[in-house]
Amino acid sequence: MTSGEVLDREYLEIRAKILQLAASFDRLDRADGDVSSDDRSDLIRKGLEILQSSDDNRAEQIQLLFSREYEDVWREQFGI
Amino acid sequence: MYYFDPHIHMVSRTTDDYETLARMGCVGMSEPAFWAGFDRGSVESFRDYFRQLTDFECKRAAQYGIQHYTWLCINAKEAENVELSREVIAMIPEFLDCPNVLGIGEIGLNKNTKNESIIFMEHLDLAVKYDQQILIHTPHLEDKYQGTRMILDMLTSDSRIDPSRVLVDHVEEHTAREVLDRGFWAGMTLYPVSKCTPQRAVDIIEMCGAERLCVNSAGDWGPSKPTAVPDLIMEMRRRGHPESFIKKVVYDNPIEFFSQSQNFSFTPPEER
Repeated sequence: MTSGEVLDREYLEIRAKILQLAASFDRLDRADGDVSSDDRSDLIRKGLEILQSSDDNRAEQIQLLFSREYEDVWREQFGI
Repeated sequence: MYYFDPHIHMVSRTTDDYETLARMGCVGMSEPAFWAGFDRGSVESFRDYFRQLTDFECKRAAQYGIQHYTWLCINAKEAENVELSREVIAMIPEFLDCPNVLGIGEIGLNKNTKNESIIFMEHLDLAVKYDQQILIHTPHLEDKYQGTRMILDMLTSDSRIDPSRVLVDHVEEHTAREVLDRGFWAGMTLYPVSKCTPQRAVDIIEMCGAERLCVNSAGDWGPSKPTAVPDLIMEMRRRGHPESFIKKVVYDNPIEFFSQSQNFSFTPPEER
């Protein structure tokens, strides 16, 4: 498929997803309390920055952002 | 198009689902042993579960022309109970000669703990001892990347393990390439919310190619869609992929992988 065909097909879907995110952020702002110092809020901010980049592996970067780190010394830590 | 769902938990589904799957082209499936939604209390609970998988479920599937295969293990979540896990592992050989048993699975990690790792490796020992294929569950969400890397560490450090007889399931964008690059088969699970959507799974196929890559619905008792594989077929068609390429992913690949199991004796629909 050409990029134009992909855009034709997915434009409304992308629009709907952006709208859903906007409504979620509005809902967070309207709610009592403050989550700006919550680690998850920071992850969301970083995720949005990845979306705005022009890299071609944004999905993979988002996955890694929301993943625990891997440490290759895990076997020594477990003693196995 | 005929297809094979290589990972679906039919004990959690209704007979109506079998009929729907058959109407949508499903002609074969494999069902790994998994967590029932609660921790079982004794080895006898697993013995009954394995009887259900090896005796009852294949008959239910056959009513709709679907050939049913299965995998046996104690899942990663219950593997935290090491004593029970060892009792189950010791009991599994009673069922390995049942005609629909393909191997050991779905073993793996859940929260990437020491106990889960110990029981994972003891399952590997069992598979090697009985020359069984292996189907592997990788963890969910934020634990997936770390857990998948740990699983690959354990597999690749064991020279007895033949990667071509192991399928690492539930891969996503950040884990698919490494699994495939190390010579293992990889499975993508199509879930409505977590794991892969059909669209993202097709993206991964387009980026990684279709060699040693399978797709499944993992339909179970939670939010899941047993007809997710036909959704992927439709998505691939909408993107213009040729029928032969789609068939490779949803039919030829699982059959090629399962054909390495001594108990796999699939009869294609056109030869029945």
